[in-house]
Amino acid sequence: MRTVKGLISRLDLELVAGEKAIGNDIKSVYIGDLLSWVMSHVKQKDVWITIQTNINVVAVAALGEVSCVIIAEGAEIEEITIKKAEQEDIPLLRSNLSAYDLAVEINKYLELK
Amino acid sequence: MITIKLKYQVEKDDFMKAGQASSNLKKVLKQLGINSKIVRKIAIATYEAEMNIIIHSEGGSIDASIDPEKVKIIVRDRGPGIKDIELAMKAGYSTASQKVRELGFGAGMGLPNIKRCCDEFAIRSSFGEYTELSITIYHSGNNTEEGGE
Repeated sequence: MRTVKGLISRLDLELVAGEKAIGNDIKSVYIGDLLSWVMSHVKQKDVWITIQTNINVVAVAALGEVSCVIIAEGAEIEEITIKKAEQEDIPLLRSNLSAYDLAVEINKYLELK
Repeated sequence: MITIKLKYQVEKDDFMKAGQASSNLKKVLKQLGINSKIVRKIAIATYEAEMNIIIHSEGGSIDASIDPEKVKIIVRDRGPGIKDIELAMKAGYSTASQKVRELGFGAGMGLPNIKRCCDEFAIRSSFGEYTELSITIYHSGNNTEEGGE
């Protein structure tokens, strides 16, 4: 099983919030910054990669039932977003990699035998 | 299951509480054991409606009634209403401000998403007065995880 926890250690991601839920399993990846577009296309258990960091990201992640959110390219995350992610048990991660590089690396992880 | 009624007030520009009504409704529906795919559709439709009130209106309310057959959601705001409903329903059309777009909204997908997620959809608006959405999603016969799409 592929989990957020496994992904964090493999990609050396920064765990910003939501540690309680890092046991979530992951199935696929979705990349997007337009929240209502993401809302209608993201699938359950997706890893959602975005550079959007306002509090509404957490609501979309929770309603979309993603396994975690990765903020790409080291974007700064608003304090209120971190608090909300903690409250809602949404793993909020950060990386200096681009969305593309993250997706490539996640794909390698998902395809590991 | 008897009919359960829930009411949520949604305030204009309240991005901090955005998603609370839809999250709460989603939790209730899950507790009632409604199929998770159906719950997801209802949550998406409600979230979009909630954001529309926050972004575009003077404030409003979301009324949900859940009976053994369906979930019906009435979303009503206090204006300013929609001038051209046909245009507003078009995917990609948005009147959202630059500030709202920077938050990641204003893709022009809200109303089309709502319509796509539900079984019955009606929109009424009086320009200068109000907009009202009526959203119905049937869940009976889908009360098991095997059911659904």
